[in-house]
Amino acid sequence: MIQLKKRANPSVLMGYLAPVIALGMTLVAGFLLFAVLGVPIGEAFKAYFIEPVSDLYGLAELGVKAAPLIMIAAALSLGFRAGIWNIGAEGQLILGGICGGAVALAFYEVEAFYVLPLMCLAGIAGGMAWAAIPALLRTTVNANEILTSLMLTYVASLLLSFLVHGPLRDPDGFNFPESRLFHDAATLPLVLSGTRLHIGAPIAILVALLAWVLLSRTLLGFALRVNGDAPKAARHTGFGQGQLVWFSLLFTGAMAGLAGLFEVAGPIGQLNPVISPGYGFTAIIVAFLGRLHPVGVVFAGLVMALSYLGGENAQIALNMPLAVTGVFQGMLLFFLLAADVLIHYRIVFGQERRA
Amino acid sequence: MNGESSMFVLIALTVITAATPLVFAAIGELVTERSGVLNLGVEGMMLTGAVFSFLCIHVTGNAFLSLLVGIFAGMVMALLFGFLTLTLQASQVATGLALTIFGTGVSALVGQSLIGVAYEGLPKIAIPVLSELPTVGPLLFQHDALVYLSWLLVPAVAIFLKRTRPGLVLRSVGDSHDAAHALGYRVVRVRYIATLFGGGCSGLAGAYLSMAYAPMWVENMSAGRGWIALALVVFAVWQPGWVLFGAYLFGGITILQLHGQGIGINVPSQLMSMLPYLTTIVVLVLISLDQGRVRRNAPAAIGQVFRPTT
Amino acid sequence: MGQALAVLVSNNPYRAFALASQRTTPDSSHNAPTMGHRSDTTQNTAPLVSMQGITKAYPGVIANDSVNLELLPGEIHALLGENGAGKSTLVKILYGLLQPDAGQILWSGNQWDGSPIYLRNPADARSLGIAMVFQHFSLFESLTVVENIALGMAVPASDALRREIRDVSLRYGLPLEPDRDVYSLSVGARQRIEIVRCLLQNPKLLIMDEPTSVLTPQEVQELFVTLKRLAAEGVSILYISHKLDEIRQVCDRATILRGGKNVATAIPEQESARSLAALMMGENVSTTTRTERSETGQPRLALNKLNLPAKSRQAISLQQLNLTVHAGEVVGIAGVAGNGQDELISVLAGEVKASPNDMIWLKGEFVAQWSAAQRRRAGLCTVPEERLGHAAVPSMSLAENALLTGFHRQALRRAGIITKRRCRQAAKAIIDAFSVQCDGPRSAASSLSGGNLQKFVVGREILQAPDVLVISQPTWGVDAGAAADIRNAIQVLAAQGAAVLLISQDLDELMAITDRIGALCAGRLSEFYPTQSVDAQQVGLLMGGKTALEGVA
Repeated sequence: MIQLKKRANPSVLMGYLAPVIALGMTLVAGFLLFAVLGVPIGEAFKAYFIEPVSDLYGLAELGVKAAPLIMIAAALSLGFRAGIWNIGAEGQLILGGICGGAVALAFYEVEAFYVLPLMCLAGIAGGMAWAAIPALLRTTVNANEILTSLMLTYVASLLLSFLVHGPLRDPDGFNFPESRLFHDAATLPLVLSGTRLHIGAPIAILVALLAWVLLSRTLLGFALRVNGDAPKAARHTGFGQGQLVWFSLLFTGAMAGLAGLFEVAGPIGQLNPVISPGYGFTAIIVAFLGRLHPVGVVFAGLVMALSYLGGENAQIALNMPLAVTGVFQGMLLFFLLAADVLIHYRIVFGQERRA
Repeated sequence: MNGESSMFVLIALTVITAATPLVFAAIGELVTERSGVLNLGVEGMMLTGAVFSFLCIHVTGNAFLSLLVGIFAGMVMALLFGFLTLTLQASQVATGLALTIFGTGVSALVGQSLIGVAYEGLPKIAIPVLSELPTVGPLLFQHDALVYLSWLLVPAVAIFLKRTRPGLVLRSVGDSHDAAHALGYRVVRVRYIATLFGGGCSGLAGAYLSMAYAPMWVENMSAGRGWIALALVVFAVWQPGWVLFGAYLFGGITILQLHGQGIGINVPSQLMSMLPYLTTIVVLVLISLDQGRVRRNAPAAIGQVFRPTT
Repeated sequence: MGQALAVLVSNNPYRAFALASQRTTPDSSHNAPTMGHRSDTTQNTAPLVSMQGITKAYPGVIANDSVNLELLPGEIHALLGENGAGKSTLVKILYGLLQPDAGQILWSGNQWDGSPIYLRNPADARSLGIAMVFQHFSLFESLTVVENIALGMAVPASDALRREIRDVSLRYGLPLEPDRDVYSLSVGARQRIEIVRCLLQNPKLLIMDEPTSVLTPQEVQELFVTLKRLAAEGVSILYISHKLDEIRQVCDRATILRGGKNVATAIPEQESARSLAALMMGENVSTTTRTERSETGQPRLALNKLNLPAKSRQAISLQQLNLTVHAGEVVGIAGVAGNGQDELISVLAGEVKASPNDMIWLKGEFVAQWSAAQRRRAGLCTVPEERLGHAAVPSMSLAENALLTGFHRQALRRAGIITKRRCRQAAKAIIDAFSVQCDGPRSAASSLSGGNLQKFVVGREILQAPDVLVISQPTWGVDAGAAADIRNAIQVLAAQGAAVLLISQDLDELMAITDRIGALCAGRLSEFYPTQSVDAQQVGLLMGGKTALEGVA
């Protein structure tokens, strides 16, 4: 029998150690998985963790993949702290891409300074609008935001598919389901020439810092934390639940929408049926791996970005299925949730000895 | 007249196949939730059930064994969920999400070699004499075994919950784990069993998708049905009978989307495909309008971590 | 402990005699049991159950330290002690919910004849004939009465069981409808379910944990009739309480625990409430004395026909509440829990809003539609009953909990940014002023004992110098020392000119420190009377639903 013995005080050490333990266990489990699939461990390790970041381009790609994860996860961690479960960030990201992309296409070949800012605003507005639906339904009729935000993700990806097959399709594109390529004024400036690293990366760091200050030093952040830990205490002191739901969802929606716009105006450069490899879902794992702390999220975002890069590289180098990435991400979250137990409990094997 | 009737039967039959996986997944989750456990990993358990049962039928050709494998795969996933949430007392919401992400990844990995593999689908079992009846015969008595099972399972669960002692214990655990514990009931054990039942049902729902509904393996083939099943449990206000009704309603909507063009609705396919998801939202809103009804019927301890105070 | 007590007591010749004649000290408790005054049931009988040397330790605390307890057949035996004395742990062990680290339980019922028993779980205890009525009822709200009873007895919810329920409830005067859903029942009816559930098992031993805390004085008397009848039929009753008058009224013997150890076994009838209290509390006998307050001033808070519809079927609707609290007075609201106390505090705190016509006046302003934050800024501070999760956030530090309600009235932020140093200072001030025992402002609220956390949350509001303080059940589950501190602090606040509204189930507390008193029953408030002009029985009538007393001004 495994028994849990509650610690008198939560272990601070374990708070930091749990993600590391989880990463270590994921690695071990991963190597076991490779052994089962018949892949030499040394090669797999190299393909996943060394090769993708062995040159400047690779490191820049790490930033490209980490940026949307960090932006979304930093925002998500605020809501998760408050016990508000927006798991439809993927849909909000897609809507941001659609709205921002639509602006780019509407201003096609307009070379003006205002195009890109306008696209950003449209992206943010699109993400917020999509997030406003679950917020409205939660605050008015108390409909579960987990289910509504998730359903809207399916709707969003179908909407994107419809648009690139129809109204937004490139008229000269031989019926491929893609929009025109955005012109220069509608694409993001790069921060490192010769790579794809765009200004989304520094903005993501700024978002994380902003979220950190918000969470730890403002009354709003305090209200979010109180609401998550003791909703009755939040109500008693006058922190309105509705306002917190609105804020959490709109902030995440805005960040996811902006991340979506950055994807279409950055690495992709057009609208196509799949503008995200599941960043909105992976960001949930990033948020947990980062301890629902905006600074932790930055490190977690880099780790998860590496899992994408490693997965892509292993597909090319070792002919490994891309799905391995999903298995890794799921395992990591499992191990993390399990390791979190160590913060509040000691694990005792067998019966505790009687005194 | 005859032609119209057979058209009706044809559509009704597709509705039944579309509804059956929802019935399994939702009734399983209903039992899990009535014990006070919210397992958001239905989607992941369905996909795992779907891929492993299809793998089994591909390798062995034995349909019965494959269904068992599907159930077993779902239960293994549920066991993982139970270990994390019941033994290690992790958050049920986070663990459920992890289960879905993990199940999606595992199923895609296992299913790599199964893409494009063909299977003729579960055999239909015609009930002697009754299946000969006009209209009613093909509608009710010429299905695969799982459709019959789904019709039996719902009343069985309803009777179990309402009329049997283990069912009463399960409901009591979902109502107040502290009170149940104080009376000496094994809260964690009851919840493990209910969670495993839910996992088995979800696995079976997945197996139905890959072995009867499709029948083939496609990555992510459950397409949100696990989540719809979760919404169905709310829609049914945790009552088994309403699960059946809700599943058939959603089955009908799915079929409307497939046959939309056929019956003269000229809307792009993507927009028609949104219907089940939009309906889910609408249904959730409608049911949530009567908060009193939801609160009265929702298991009071749902989603709460049980920490024995010994 | 026992030694110290013997020395202390022997300084007083009279009491030394009393000790020798009536009490068994721990050292002599293995001798033949003292005879009860009801010799017809207790003479020459072996104990039904004998717990010997029971020890149970938790990390950092020894809840039971070699505790002995002996019950004779047919006696009502009190287990007396303060909060934290180890009563709950001992009875949980006797009911099989906990297993002792050391010690044994001997049982003489059934085929077991004074032999040791090992109780792995409550089912083991029940099979021997041990039944328990919990303080916090272990009932299932969404199930019916008969389903609840079936669960407690390991039998199906059959028609036969329904008949048995009706029989027992008739025989003992405990009215119950088997097919009612529990959530629709009153607190008293819920307790009757628990008792009937126990009686249906034909118990040899009935454990009752603080059974009267949820009853009006009149209901308490009805319960005592039932208990005495059961004892006369040969059932042993272990009666856990800290209410000395009740114990003196109904119990044959009492075992007194303090700090997890036996202090004495006494015959309550031959003790005074004061001598029992001395045994229970040791040297720390602390009493609450009424402090003199000058004349009351202007009205600070008034309800004028306040209505609040029930939010759910479980909740109570508040109907036509009239109430005025003046500066410088403590007004008490008595009542059994579940009669609208939670709803009243939430409507006063602004968690829910009354309609504008249902006026709440705070210093002459209409505040019914004000938010919780506005009310606090204006000087209306509230302390809800539930310490962990409502008044304080368990996982957060005391500094953050000081911020929780303190930011409205104290400068804890600069330009919108929380100043952590000031939060710690605010917490430190509360800790010092109310001698809260903790590891400083950084310790988590959940790490404090109930009494210390209660002192912290009460102190947090008092140090904000409120004009009106509404406080609910401030001493519920709090040790006597902390309770006395809190009651004194409330009186000091009123003496300084604040208006205090005290909502409490503890009638003794209300009689001791309030200036005027009324009661809440089923969402309605009674008339209010000067506390000095009424007695506990009269307030009991108000708690039971009378809205006014005849012949009292």
